[in-house]
Amino acid sequence: MNLTAFTIFVFIVGLTLLITYWATRRNKSTKAHYVAGGEIKGWQNGIAISGDYLSAGALLGLAGAIALDGFSGFYLAVGFTVALLVLLLIVAEPLRNLGEYTVADVLASRFNATSVRSVAALNTLMISLMYLIAQLVGAGTIVQLLLGINYVVAVVIIGILMTIYVGAGGMLATTWVQIVKAVLLMGGVFALVLAVLFNFDFSPVALFNEVSTQIGDEALAPPPASGLTAALGLISLGMALTLGVGGMPHILIRFLTVPDAKAARSSVITATWIIAVFFLMTPIIGYGAALLVGRGAIAEANSAGNLAAPQLAQAVGGDLFLAFISAVAFATIVAVVAGLVMAASGAFAHDFYSNVLRRGEASEREQLRAARAAAIGISVFSIILALGASGFNIAFLITQAFAVAASANFPVIVLTIFWKKLNTVGAVTGMLVGLLSSIGLILIGPNVMTENAIFPLDSPTIVSMPLAFLACYLGTILSGGAREERRELHVPYEEIYVRSNTGIKKVM
Amino acid sequence: MGRREWSRISRTAAFKELIRTKRAFIIPATVFFLVFYFALPVLIAFTSVLDVKVIGAINLAYVYAFAQFAMTLGLSHLYLAKTKRWDELVEQTKRDAAEKGVETE
Repeated sequence: MNLTAFTIFVFIVGLTLLITYWATRRNKSTKAHYVAGGEIKGWQNGIAISGDYLSAGALLGLAGAIALDGFSGFYLAVGFTVALLVLLLIVAEPLRNLGEYTVADVLASRFNATSVRSVAALNTLMISLMYLIAQLVGAGTIVQLLLGINYVVAVVIIGILMTIYVGAGGMLATTWVQIVKAVLLMGGVFALVLAVLFNFDFSPVALFNEVSTQIGDEALAPPPASGLTAALGLISLGMALTLGVGGMPHILIRFLTVPDAKAARSSVITATWIIAVFFLMTPIIGYGAALLVGRGAIAEANSAGNLAAPQLAQAVGGDLFLAFISAVAFATIVAVVAGLVMAASGAFAHDFYSNVLRRGEASEREQLRAARAAAIGISVFSIILALGASGFNIAFLITQAFAVAASANFPVIVLTIFWKKLNTVGAVTGMLVGLLSSIGLILIGPNVMTENAIFPLDSPTIVSMPLAFLACYLGTILSGGAREERRELHVPYEEIYVRSNTGIKKVM
Repeated sequence: MGRREWSRISRTAAFKELIRTKRAFIIPATVFFLVFYFALPVLIAFTSVLDVKVIGAINLAYVYAFAQFAMTLGLSHLYLAKTKRWDELVEQTKRDAAEKGVETE
C-alpha cells in the first residue's frame, strides 16, 4: 500500500475522530444523542444530508456503471435527484413537525398502539441493516482494492470507526462527519472533473463526441425498447429510487436534527443543489474513465466497474490523486454507515426499548445508556454479518433496502400525514403488507432465483408499493375507519393536521 | 385532550387559507414532476424517440435527463418562494387562534 494513500487516509480518520471527541463532550442527553439537540442549522443539515445521501455507490458504483453501461448508469442518478422533490414537497416539513427522535415517532404521534411503533421500528431496523451490510461489504472490498488492506481488517476498521462515531458522539458526531465527508467529496470530484475536461478543451460536448467516435453511440444511447417486462422493470426501479428515499430512515432522521420546518425546508434545498451538481458531474467522470482508462481496464480491475473513478484519478493525476480519491471514497463510506447505525440503533433503543419494553418510563440516563448500547450492539452485529457476506451480491441488498423503504415505510408515512381516515389497523396492515410483499417478491425474483424466477422484475416496487397503499386503505375501511376505533388508540386527525401544517406543538 | 383547541385553530380563516394555497400548489406540482420524471423510463422503454442526437453526439435521452435536474432545482425554488406566503399564514393562524382564546407554542 503506498505511503501517500496511507498518510491521507490516516489524516482523514484522525479528523473524524477529533470531531467525535468534540461531539462526545456535548453528547450528554438523549436529545443530543438522537438529534444533535435539534440545533443543526438548515444549511449545515443540507450539507450533512448530501453527505448521508451520496454513498460510495454513488461515487464509485455510478462512475463505473456509466463507464461500462452508459446511459443506463446515469438513469439511476436522475431518479436519486428527483427523489429530493418528494422529500421537499411531501415529507420534510410534516416529518419535522410531527416527529421527535425516530421515524416511528412520527407514526406514534398519531397512533398510540405499541403495534404501530413496533412494526415501524422493525421496518427501520430491517431497511437500515440491509443497507448497512451492503455498504460494509462494498466498503471492505473497495478498501481492500484501493489501500491493499485485507477485507476482514478493512471491515473491522470501518466497523470500529462507526461504532465510535455513533456510540460516543451520537448524532452530533455523525452530522459533522457527514459534513466533512461532503466537502471532501465535492472537492475531490470537482478536481477530477476539471482534470478530465482539461483533456477535452473543457468542453463536455467534446467529451461526449469523443465517446461516440471512440467507443460508439451505444455507450450514449438509452437501452433499446425490449418489451413489456423490461419496461416495467425500468419503471419499477424508478419508483424505488424516487419514492424509496422518502422512506429511508437514515435520510428521514436528518430532518429531526433541525429546530423547525423552515430549517427542514432549507436543508432540502441546500442538499438538492449539492446532490444535483454531484450527479451532473458523474457522466464526465464515467465517460472520462471509459476514454482515458479504457473499458477493458476498468472491467478487469472490478467487474462492476467500481474502481473506474480511482483509476481515472490515477490516469489524470498520478498516484497522489489516486491516493486522495481513495481517501475520499473511504470518508464517504464511514459517513454513510454512521448514519445507518444511528437510524438502526435509534429504532432499537428509542422505539423498542424505551417506548415498547419500558412503556416510555425509562429514565433519561437509562435511555441514553440504551442508545449507546444499541449503537455498539448494532455495529458489532453488522460487522459480523458483513464478514460472513464478502462476495455477496450487494446490488441485491441495496435493491431490497429501497424496495422495502418504498413499500413498507413511504405509504404509511404519507397516509399518516395526509389521510384523515387512517386507523391503527390500516397503518399496521399497510406496513406489514409492504414489508412482506417487497421481501417476498425479491426472494422469488431474478436476484435470488436467476433464470427460474417466478416474479420477473428485479425491483418489486411497482407491485409492492401500490399493494401497501391498498392494504392501508382496506385495513382502515374494513375495520370501520378512524371513527370506530377506541379513543385512546389514536390522536384525532385534526391535531395531526394542524401540527403538520403549522409546526404548533402545544395548545393551551 | 386539547381537542377543542386544535379544532378551533383548524377553523380559523387563516388556517383554511393556508391549506387552500398549499393544496393549490403542492398537488399540481407533485403530479407534474411525477409525470415529467416517469415519462423518461416510459419513453425509453416503449419508443426510440430519445435516441435522436441533439447537440453533437448528445442524444435526446441525455438532454431530457439533464432537463430533470433543471426541473428539480426550478420546482424546488418555486416551492421555496411559495413558502413565504405560507409562513405568514401560519403566523396569522396563531394570532387568530389567540383571539379565540387558544394559546399556542
